[in-house]
Amino acid sequence: MEVSSPQFKQKSRKALADEQLQRAMGKAKAGFIGKRRKAVDALPEFEALRSSARAIKDHTLAHLDLYLEAYERKVIASGGRVHWAETAEDACQAVLDICRAVGARTVTKGKSMITEEIALNDFLEKNDIRPVETDLGEYIIQLRGEHPSHIIGPALHLNKEQVEEDFRRVHDKLPAGRDLSQPESLLGEAREILRPQYFAADVGITGANFLVAETGTSIIVTNEGNGDLTQTLPRVHIVVASIEKVVPTLEDASQILRVLARSATGQDTSVYTTLSTGPRRPGDPDGPEEYHVVLLDNGRSSMLGTEFHEMLRCIRCGACMNHCPVYHAVGGHAYGWVYPGPMGAVLTPSLVGVEKSGHLPNASTFCGRCESVCPMQIPLPRMMRHWREREFERGLNPATQRFGLGLWAFFARRPRLYRLATSLTIPALSGLGRRTGWFRSLPLAGGWTRHHDLPAPEARTFMQQWRDRDTRKQEGGVA
Amino acid sequence: MKEDTRKAPRVGLFVTCLVDLFRPTVGFAAVKLMEEAGCAVEVPMAQTCCGQPAYNSGDRADAAAIARQVIEAFEDYDYVVAPSGSCAGMLKKHYPALLRGGAWESRAEAFSGKVHELVGFLVDVLGVTAVPAAHRGSVTYHDSCSGLRELNIQAQPRRLLATVEGLDLKEMENADVCCGFGGTFCVKYPDISNKIVEEKTACIAAAGAETLLAGDLGCLMNMAGKLHRQGSAIKVRHVAEILAGMDDTPAIGGGGR
Ligand code: SF4
Repeated sequence: MEVSSPQFKQKSRKALADEQLQRAMGKAKAGFIGKRRKAVDALPEFEALRSSARAIKDHTLAHLDLYLEAYERKVIASGGRVHWAETAEDACQAVLDICRAVGARTVTKGKSMITEEIALNDFLEKNDIRPVETDLGEYIIQLRGEHPSHIIGPALHLNKEQVEEDFRRVHDKLPAGRDLSQPESLLGEAREILRPQYFAADVGITGANFLVAETGTSIIVTNEGNGDLTQTLPRVHIVVASIEKVVPTLEDASQILRVLARSATGQDTSVYTTLSTGPRRPGDPDGPEEYHVVLLDNGRSSMLGTEFHEMLRCIRCGACMNHCPVYHAVGGHAYGWVYPGPMGAVLTPSLVGVEKSGHLPNASTFCGRCESVCPMQIPLPRMMRHWREREFERGLNPATQRFGLGLWAFFARRPRLYRLATSLTIPALSGLGRRTGWFRSLPLAGGWTRHHDLPAPEARTFMQQWRDRDTRKQEGGVA
Repeated sequence: MKEDTRKAPRVGLFVTCLVDLFRPTVGFAAVKLMEEAGCAVEVPMAQTCCGQPAYNSGDRADAAAIARQVIEAFEDYDYVVAPSGSCAGMLKKHYPALLRGGAWESRAEAFSGKVHELVGFLVDVLGVTAVPAAHRGSVTYHDSCSGLRELNIQAQPRRLLATVEGLDLKEMENADVCCGFGGTFCVKYPDISNKIVEEKTACIAAAGAETLLAGDLGCLMNMAGKLHRQGSAIKVRHVAEILAGMDDTPAIGGGGR
C-alpha cells in the first residue's frame, strides 16, 4: 500500500470537515470506551493480567529466535510448511507460489492486518488470482476499493446507509425491494453472497493472533466465524503472520487472550477462538490438505534491542486508537498507511521510515491515555518522542520550527538573559492587551489565534513581582 | 504566619514559564497555600522553563542542558514544587530518563524524589485536609493529562475543593479527556487541536458551572482561549487561586491589575 502519511495535514483537514465521518467516529468512540471500561471493571485481576501478559511477551522477545525455531519444528512435525519472508515482496511471492502450485483462481481471506501491510490483495489480483474478503468489514471496504481505517473495525468510518448503498450497487441480482435497513440484514446478505465463495476457493488465507511454539498452532479470534470457514473449507490453508506473534505455550496464549478481547471490544472473549495445527490428518472429518505458514519479518527484527523494541509486544487490540483524541478527530485514513492511531504512530516509522511518516509521531498531545489502556503496557508516547528525536537528529523537521526552537532554547539556557528579555517584553504585551484582556490575533501566534484567543499577560512577570516582595521584606515591610 | 517549633520544610517553587509570564497570580497563590501549611518558600532566580518544548520536539541536548540547570538550582531544597502537573511530571519522571547513564544520573534520581505537583504536595505530603477559603459559585474541574496519568492527581484537588466554603463542584463529562493543548502540538496541528478543544468546551458548557478550574496553565489558556472565542461567559482559573482564596483577582483574560 502506498504511503500517504506525508499528506497527514491535508488529509486530517479533510477528515475534520467530513460530517459523515465525524458522526461515525463519535459513535464508535463512545461504544468502544464504555464497553472496555465495563469489562475491565468487572475483572478485578485485570491489572495483574496486563502485567503477566507483558511479561510473557517480554520473555518471548528476549528469546525470539529460539521460539520461532521451536515453532517451525512443530509446524513441520504436524505436516505443515513454514516459509520465512524477510520482506513484504518475499511474503507475497511465497503466497503466490503456493497458489500457483495448486492452480488456485480464487482465494478467500479472513481478516488480517498483515496481508494489508504486504498489500497482498493487489499483488494477487495483478497475478490473476481473485481474493475475496470474508470478514464483513473487510468485505465492505473491498467493495469500495478502500483500506481499513481501524485495525479491528476496518469499516469503522462508514455508516449503515453507505453500506446499504454499496450492497445495492454490487449485489444487483438481488430483489431491489429487499429490506437492508438493519445491520443484521446487511450481515445476512453478505453471508448469503459469501457462502458459495468458501466452496469455490482453492486457498484460504488467514492471519494469526498467536503462533504457539509448544504445539505449532496458529490461533485466530473472530466474531463472525468467517475465519473458521476460510481455513477449514478450501483445500489449502495459508497463515500469514509476523514473527512477533509467537508465544511459548498454549497457556501463555490463553493468558493474553484474557486481556485481548476486553481491551478491544469489551467482550470477555471473542465469539470464536480458532486453533489450527497442521493439515488434515488421516481420520480427521475436515480440514485443509495443505497447511502453510508465511512468517514475515518486514523490519521487525531490526526493532529488537532498539528503543522501539517494546512495540513488538503489541497484540493489535486497537485500544490505543479507541482512546486517542487525535484518532477520534481525524479517523484512521488520515494516517496514510496500514496502521493508524498511537500504535501506528510508532510502528509506521519503524516499517516505512520516519522520513515518510514524520507527522505521525508528532501529531500527539502526549496525553498518555493510549499507554494507560494498552493491555501490553507499551509506552507509546515515549516511543513517539524517540521518533521525534531521530527526526531532530537528522534535521528532518521544518527550518522555521528548528529556528524557533533554537531561539527559545538560547534564552531558556541563560536565566539572566531570559529574565531581562521577559521583563521587557511581558509588561509591554500586557499593556497592549490591557483593554480587553485578550488578543484575537498577534504576529507569530497565528497557529494559536486561528482558533482561539490568547489571554494577555496579567502584568509584570512573576519573577519581577517576587523580587519586589523580597526587597520589601528586607526593608522591613510586610510580605 | 505563626512561628513553629519544628523546622519549616524549605520548598523551592518552580514557577513554570507560563505562570511566570502570563499569570503570576498562580505563583502567589501557590506561595500562600504552602506558607499557610507551614513551609518556607523560596524562588530560585536561575529558573526559566522545565524544557518540555525541547524535549517533546526531539531536542534532547537542549532539554538535558535545561534539566541540569534546574537540578542545580533546586537540588538543595527539601522539596521542589510546581503549580503544574505537566512541568512537575517533566522534572520528576522525565529528567531521570533524560540524564540516565551519565554523571548526572544519581543527582537526577535524588532530585526526582523531591519533586511534587502543588495540590498533590499539599494533600499527600503536607497532609492538608481543608483550606480556609470561600468561593460563592459553581465550578467544574478538568483533569490535565500529565498530572492525572503521570502523577495521579485526581482526588486531591477535589478533596480540597470540597472544603471551600460556598463552592459547588459540578463535574463535567469526560473530565479526564485531553483538552487538545499538548504544548507545541496546538500550534503545529491547530485544526486537530481545535477539534479536541471544541469537544472539551462542549463538555464544560454542559456542566453548567460558572467557573472552569484545572491545575495546568497551558490547558487553562487553551480552554479559556476557546471559550472566549466562542463568546462563552464561563470564567477560567487555576485551581490554586480558588484554594488560596484569591478569587477577587480577575479570571484568566480578565485584564491586567
Ligand atoms: S499498542 Fe497496545 S493498545 Fe495499541 S493495539 Fe497494540 S496492544 Fe493494543
